[in-house]
Amino acid sequence: MSRGRYGEYGGQYISETLMNELLYLEEQYCHYMNDPEFVEELNTLLREYAGRPSLLYYAERMTEDLGGAKIYLKREDLNHTGAHKINNVLGQVLLAKKMGKTRVIAETGAGQHGVATATAAALLDMECEVFMGEVDTKRQALNVYRMELLGAKVHSVKSGTKTLKDAVNDAFRDWIARVHDTNYVIGSTMGPHPFPMIVRDFQAVISEEARQQFLDKEGKLPNAVIACVGGGSNAMGAFYNFIDDEEVKLIGCEAGGKGIDTPYNAAALTNGQIGIFHGMKSIFSQGEYGQIAPVYSVSAGLDYPGVGPEHAHLRDIGRAEYVPVTDEEAVEAFEYLSKMEGIIPAIESAHAVAYAMKLAPKMNKDEIIMICLSGRGDKDVRSIAEYRGVDLNE
Amino acid sequence: MSKIANAFKDGTAFIGFLTAGDPTIDKTVEYILAMEEAGCDLIEIGIPFSDPMAEGVVIQDANVRALKHNTTTDDVFDIVARVREKTDIPLVFLTYINPVFFYGYEKFFKRCAELGIDGIISPDLPYEEKGEIADIALSNDVDVISLIAPTSSERIKMIASEATGFIYVVSSLGVTGMRSEIKTDLKSILSDIREVTDLPLAVGFGINTPEQAAEISKIADGIIVGSAIVKIIEEHGEDANAALKEYVSSMKNACK
Repeated sequence: MSRGRYGEYGGQYISETLMNELLYLEEQYCHYMNDPEFVEELNTLLREYAGRPSLLYYAERMTEDLGGAKIYLKREDLNHTGAHKINNVLGQVLLAKKMGKTRVIAETGAGQHGVATATAAALLDMECEVFMGEVDTKRQALNVYRMELLGAKVHSVKSGTKTLKDAVNDAFRDWIARVHDTNYVIGSTMGPHPFPMIVRDFQAVISEEARQQFLDKEGKLPNAVIACVGGGSNAMGAFYNFIDDEEVKLIGCEAGGKGIDTPYNAAALTNGQIGIFHGMKSIFSQGEYGQIAPVYSVSAGLDYPGVGPEHAHLRDIGRAEYVPVTDEEAVEAFEYLSKMEGIIPAIESAHAVAYAMKLAPKMNKDEIIMICLSGRGDKDVRSIAEYRGVDLNE
Repeated sequence: MSKIANAFKDGTAFIGFLTAGDPTIDKTVEYILAMEEAGCDLIEIGIPFSDPMAEGVVIQDANVRALKHNTTTDDVFDIVARVREKTDIPLVFLTYINPVFFYGYEKFFKRCAELGIDGIISPDLPYEEKGEIADIALSNDVDVISLIAPTSSERIKMIASEATGFIYVVSSLGVTGMRSEIKTDLKSILSDIREVTDLPLAVGFGINTPEQAAEISKIADGIIVGSAIVKIIEEHGEDANAALKEYVSSMKNACK
């Protein structure tokens, strides 16, 4: 059996053409992560360029309004490029450069990972091409232009459901033809090993900082950590350094779309089954006969029919819990946080905010919730207006 | 010895691929028989999948067409059953692993054995993950066909030494699809593989003209053609019989 297992999940279910490259990537990754010079270079970029550490903000008005647990926001939205994605791409693009690659490719759903990759590629002088589903290029047109401004080429993917999973397919199809000069900078804790490990390690900075920030501010750890889950990178990063602290509840929020009893959702852990896809064994939304199901969410970043293998494992062993949050709940939370705290969250992150709004009133005032505010919501303003029936062009 | 060996008895084998259910289930049965009649020595039947990651546009589109009218794994087995009433030509499935996993390995390979499927090629099941199906396939007399790519280098020994049936040598980097030129140094890859195994070596990815087939047959034991055949089916729809026969026979002649 291959490397990179999380219980029965994970593995390397991928074309033979890519196997040597994946083995090489793992070897190079391990080499550089043990190289103090590389680690220092990356940490400098995270500090001086991305703006880390990110704030751990006490949401006082929200806390008082909900009348239960104290709510803290881990402000990944304040990172350069406006989301947690930059943590991972600075690591992966720097690694690609050290490996002698001249070109990086990426998939993107909401556009945040594409923008982050284009940014890192501009900074580190690498050629960059981003694959984005045609449907997503329309609902996130601003991010397409943003990537182009940053010097990246954006491919509008017209195959399949024309969303995130199809963008991943086309990114792999591109990579398989150009392994010699290209690294695939995958955006989430998914895909064949070593990607779920690499992305989780680069995102683990979220919980590494937060853990210390809680000890400094509150003298104790939070009772619950809540994050949204598409592929699962911000959640994995927010959970990772709390996994051994068994008193900290870990809660992932999936896209419940129009409801988990309708066909219009992307809640793989709620509705899906074990399967093998995109290089990994994990949990996927599937139709009869194992065809990957079309999924839906108001949020382009959660619109993925599967979940990273480590999340599937954390669920199985009972260490983390995964709940669906509907479009409507997420949009309400989007509006709520904007008005209550003056913070417009990404619609993805608003799924986590929505669940915290349900949970906090049931908890005691001396208990603490951390919400991973994975991104900012500027990119979503137009689609939320549309959701509410507001025509911005009038 | 598996029945697959029969395909390689008589000169360079010509192996044709089509996607089951494209354009219809009835037509797939008819086209398989037509391809055999025109000289195919082995036929690869693609089980349609929603996300064929290793395929170029031509075969992606065939998957879309087949799934549009909901071709299921059970339909594909029905196709095989109907083909088996007429011929015992070696047949292998080309399938992504998820439809097989979902169907259930035991149940899937038992059906293969009952219907006389001789092998399975899974583009997303490299050597390291072969254990998923290796034992079950073996106990049902289905060969798990190994792929070797231009990037396999030192992995060749490991892969080839455990291979069964034949070895699928991927001619080029990238996905499936017609290529005007094959740039890989196939000769040296094939000779590296031959140091390890006596199995027949069939080359696929990109081959579409009789000239390419003639050239590669000088060094390979088999030629695999997929996209060019699927393209003919795409263009001729339900009337592809004559065009398929003409193409297959020109390719088979070039292999001799």
